[in-house]
Amino acid sequence: MRNQWGKPRGLVLLTALYVLWSLIPVAIAVRFSFNDGRSRSTWQGFSTRWYVGDPAEASSVLYDPSLRFALNQSLKLAMLTMLVATPIGVALAIGLARWRGRGSKSSNFLMLFPLVTPEIVMGVALFLVFDNLYDFVTFGTMAQFLGHVTFSISFVVIIVRGRLFAIGRDYEEAAMDLGASPSEAMRRVLLPLLTPALIASLAIVFALSIDDFVISQFLVGGADSVTIPVRLYSGARLAPPPSLNALATVLMVITIGAIVVAGLGVKYLGRRFGGGEDSALETVGRLEI
Amino acid sequence: MWPGFAIPGVVWLCLLFLVPFYAIFAVAMGRIDPILSRPIPEWNPFYWDPTVFGDVIGDVFGGQLGVIALRTIAYVFVASAICVAVGYPVAYFVSRKAGRWRWFWLLLILAPFWINYLMRMMSWVNLLSPDGQVNQLMSLFGVESLPNWLSGHSFVVVLGLVYGYIPFFIIPLFAALDRIDDATLEASRDLGASSAQTFWRVTWPLSRNGVLGGLVIIMLPMFGDYYTPNLLSGSPRTRMLGNTIDQFINQTTSQGAVGAALTIVLMVFVAGLMVYYLLTINRATEEARS
Repeated sequence: MRNQWGKPRGLVLLTALYVLWSLIPVAIAVRFSFNDGRSRSTWQGFSTRWYVGDPAEASSVLYDPSLRFALNQSLKLAMLTMLVATPIGVALAIGLARWRGRGSKSSNFLMLFPLVTPEIVMGVALFLVFDNLYDFVTFGTMAQFLGHVTFSISFVVIIVRGRLFAIGRDYEEAAMDLGASPSEAMRRVLLPLLTPALIASLAIVFALSIDDFVISQFLVGGADSVTIPVRLYSGARLAPPPSLNALATVLMVITIGAIVVAGLGVKYLGRRFGGGEDSALETVGRLEI
Repeated sequence: MWPGFAIPGVVWLCLLFLVPFYAIFAVAMGRIDPILSRPIPEWNPFYWDPTVFGDVIGDVFGGQLGVIALRTIAYVFVASAICVAVGYPVAYFVSRKAGRWRWFWLLLILAPFWINYLMRMMSWVNLLSPDGQVNQLMSLFGVESLPNWLSGHSFVVVLGLVYGYIPFFIIPLFAALDRIDDATLEASRDLGASSAQTFWRVTWPLSRNGVLGGLVIIMLPMFGDYYTPNLLSGSPRTRMLGNTIDQFINQTTSQGAVGAALTIVLMVFVAGLMVYYLLTINRATEEARS
């Protein structure tokens, strides 16, 4: 009989092959963003010209208007979405966790629905409602912002609610026993305890928004509201120069930065109470593209 | 006091989720303006006109759309099966067998999660293009007639779907496998089961919900995918349902009603998955609450 505690060689090999297959294409794309030539398949030496070079030719992320606008648009949208979706989601999480009366069950289902709805359905729905009913919403930044907030709220609720359940009600009740009013207990006890979930929410919403493709594309207004993923999509098949790889690499660095912030927030601020890291992984597992 | 906290979020979701959702039906069942040939939504269900929707359904049963629908199902099922076959051993290894280097492996399987989907697809477009690295490598081995991978091959699209979605399958499965208590497996060994028996009779049944959860998470967006086939083939031979929706909504201005009707067809396809996912998340939060 085989030694059960030995190394499962087949599994190691398969996992290693999987990891290589999953990361090498992206690594090659990143490498060629630093190519000192127009090719994306023949290496001609290292250069940062596709990031910051050639003001005259306007061929780098910094100087090509279509690439720079996409970067601006993505950052602007992600910031706006983050600042609006997080407070709405935190309030909704607190409300749903505590409210037991009529309407709480259906509100809960309403909150879960965007999580399970395919993005293309939400994209069509928002497109049609802005086109036919909410005429005051213009396609472009405004429509994209409304769409991004709509799909982000539920993620904030899931993240914050996990933390709320882990904290329990004891601290708030203790505060109120010691003479705090309900709003003081909320402000001075519950909200500080929620800080790690708040940081995680801000960062995750930022990452979700900046990574979003489908909603951004359905609600795009014109050249000035093209985001990075939409730009990658429209440019990928047109034999683009390596500046498109550079733009994608910039997006990757920004997203990973946001996730690192979320992870650190949960790790360092969440130490005092259990349920932080575990539920963070759970939440990450639920995130769709 | 507590409902007050929920009000902004509930109102937002009513106005920007429920109403838009209803708008799909209102447009699909509406009329077409005879002069502008634009769809006019019909908000009152008593006046719904099922002409456009009926045409679309007719096309699904026996028309071109039927072929596209069957193709979509085939792509999604083959891609999902490959995701399970590859993803399960990977998740199993990293969660239960990786030992000291577990954090490192975990980091590696989480990495694609945070790299933009379009960037990952663009990388493959790059590799598979006529003068890309794949063909360079093949000519290095003396292959003379180099194929054009991006000209409408089903297997390229299916592999693209696998590449795109497999991380989203692995992570929830990893979490499920990770939750299995070592003591359960040791008990099985102590009671005389071989490692294969332990796997099939203990580990696998305990991880089945993780597999189902992961499958739902990847199948929902796969059914509505249009960007993967567009980037990796762009040919009518690999059109999926999502491509037809994209075409009628994004690329034409007057066909909103057809696009809306197709979206309803898509939702019928994925309704079972959506309900399963909804009930799972709801149960998970109910358990956490108590």
